[in-house]
Amino acid sequence: MVKKALRLLFTMTIVWPVIWLWLGLRIKHRHLIPERGPAIVVANHNSHMDVFALLSLFSFRTQQQVHPVAAADYFLRNRWLAWFTLNILNIIPVTRNGEDSDPLAGCEQALRQNKILILFPEGSRGEPGVLSPLKSGIWHLLQRVPETTIIPVWLAGTEKVMAKGNRIPLPLFIDVFVGEAITPHADKAIFMDALLQGLLHLKPHSQGSEAHDHHQPHA
Amino acid sequence: MSPLHTALAVIFTLLIFASLVNVLLVFCRPDKNWRELTLRIRTWWIIILFFSLAMISPRWLSLTLFALVSFLALKEFLTLIPSRRSDRMPLLWMFLAIPINYLLIGCNWYGMFIIFIPVYAFLFLPARMVLTGNTTSFLRTASQHHWALMTTVFAFGHVGYLLVLPNDARQTGALLVLFLVGLTEFNDIAQYLWGKSIGRVKVTPQVSPNKTLAGLVGGVGSTAVAGLVLGPPITPMTWSMALLAGLIIGITGFCGDIVMSAVKRDIGVKDSGTLLPGHGGILDRLDSLIFTAPVFFHFIHYFYY
Repeated sequence: MVKKALRLLFTMTIVWPVIWLWLGLRIKHRHLIPERGPAIVVANHNSHMDVFALLSLFSFRTQQQVHPVAAADYFLRNRWLAWFTLNILNIIPVTRNGEDSDPLAGCEQALRQNKILILFPEGSRGEPGVLSPLKSGIWHLLQRVPETTIIPVWLAGTEKVMAKGNRIPLPLFIDVFVGEAITPHADKAIFMDALLQGLLHLKPHSQGSEAHDHHQPHA
Repeated sequence: MSPLHTALAVIFTLLIFASLVNVLLVFCRPDKNWRELTLRIRTWWIIILFFSLAMISPRWLSLTLFALVSFLALKEFLTLIPSRRSDRMPLLWMFLAIPINYLLIGCNWYGMFIIFIPVYAFLFLPARMVLTGNTTSFLRTASQHHWALMTTVFAFGHVGYLLVLPNDARQTGALLVLFLVGLTEFNDIAQYLWGKSIGRVKVTPQVSPNKTLAGLVGGVGSTAVAGLVLGPPITPMTWSMALLAGLIIGITGFCGDIVMSAVKRDIGVKDSGTLLPGHGGILDRLDSLIFTAPVFFHFIHYFYY
């Protein structure tokens, strides 16, 4: 109860003002955002803003069922951060180094409870604006909970708003492109390729705002 | 009822009329697609409600609302242009120009308002950019930053400055804003309608293929007449000056429209954004006003204040 109140306070006083006033989301195909689980929202990852942008796609009520999947070694690295990410952001921690016997147990359990997960299959923020190779944990999860819906989302502009090492978010609009659900497939390689294509398909092609540090001739 | 309230009442009557015509069209000709028009009118309601709120509010609140529009427009402009990663800090500094610009307007410090962005921001931005050490596309990026600031903050800020011009009891600055914004929007619509109905010869085939000579001449003519009718009752202008103001607004409005079209074409987008459904982005709505505001402001400032 107290945690829910704190979560509401954090969302209303920090997340929403930053996301909707300071920045601004421009959402394409908002109706494809799942309202109930089991579902996984899969997005490209460039910035700490990504998770707040994705959380803001849901109503506060649905947000209670939404859990970002996050690296335990990074987000639980000290007591305060661990308390905040576990209780306010509702994260499900996963270990990246494989010490744990079953790193996906937490995610599987949440999906079985009809929750919605937010997952960045690149694993980390990586190089700004570049999609790193996707990790296959999502396929393993899908084998265990096959009724899960997989919704791809492409986030454009978050790397300009706040890249690694930046403190103040730069006020720019963030474009959110929501895609159709990805069809599950028993073969890992085929599924991972479908997921990759599903994400890349959402990426805007002829946008003028691509970073160009070299000179480009204009058509 | 004060002239301001009368004027706002007229605008709302027009808007209600447009909505009724829209409903009638949807009802009588259901075979055609009216979605775009319906969206456009719905967004007009939001714009006009926001605008009316800015007009009847106390000065500090009006200027805050204008600053908010500048903020959204600058944000949209900067989202559009290609940016170098090294320009993060200069870009953040640009946003600081907004509160300063409107603060200068609020305290009616004309001498500083008129040089703050064209001189100080103009010189400060490249100086801050050079500190990052990145010289690739330097001139191009600096120009884009200046364009962004000059159009969305400085030029648009002139609308706000009309509010703080010395007021007498009746002719308030709000009426001048209403005259300028009303005629600018009227000009856009008149040019569109004239062009649609009798337009043949294209004026700017490379930039904006829908602009025709008939649209331009008919629109400017209609706007001049509208200026002549509206000027004397709501502004300090005589009928001849009001006619001239209408002409100026008509011509500069057209220029603003095609110049911003050229900017969008250069960037490679059709609309500047999606903030105003049916219209596009906020810059798509402000394009003519960015040109009419400073020109009209200096016209009236020179002759009457």
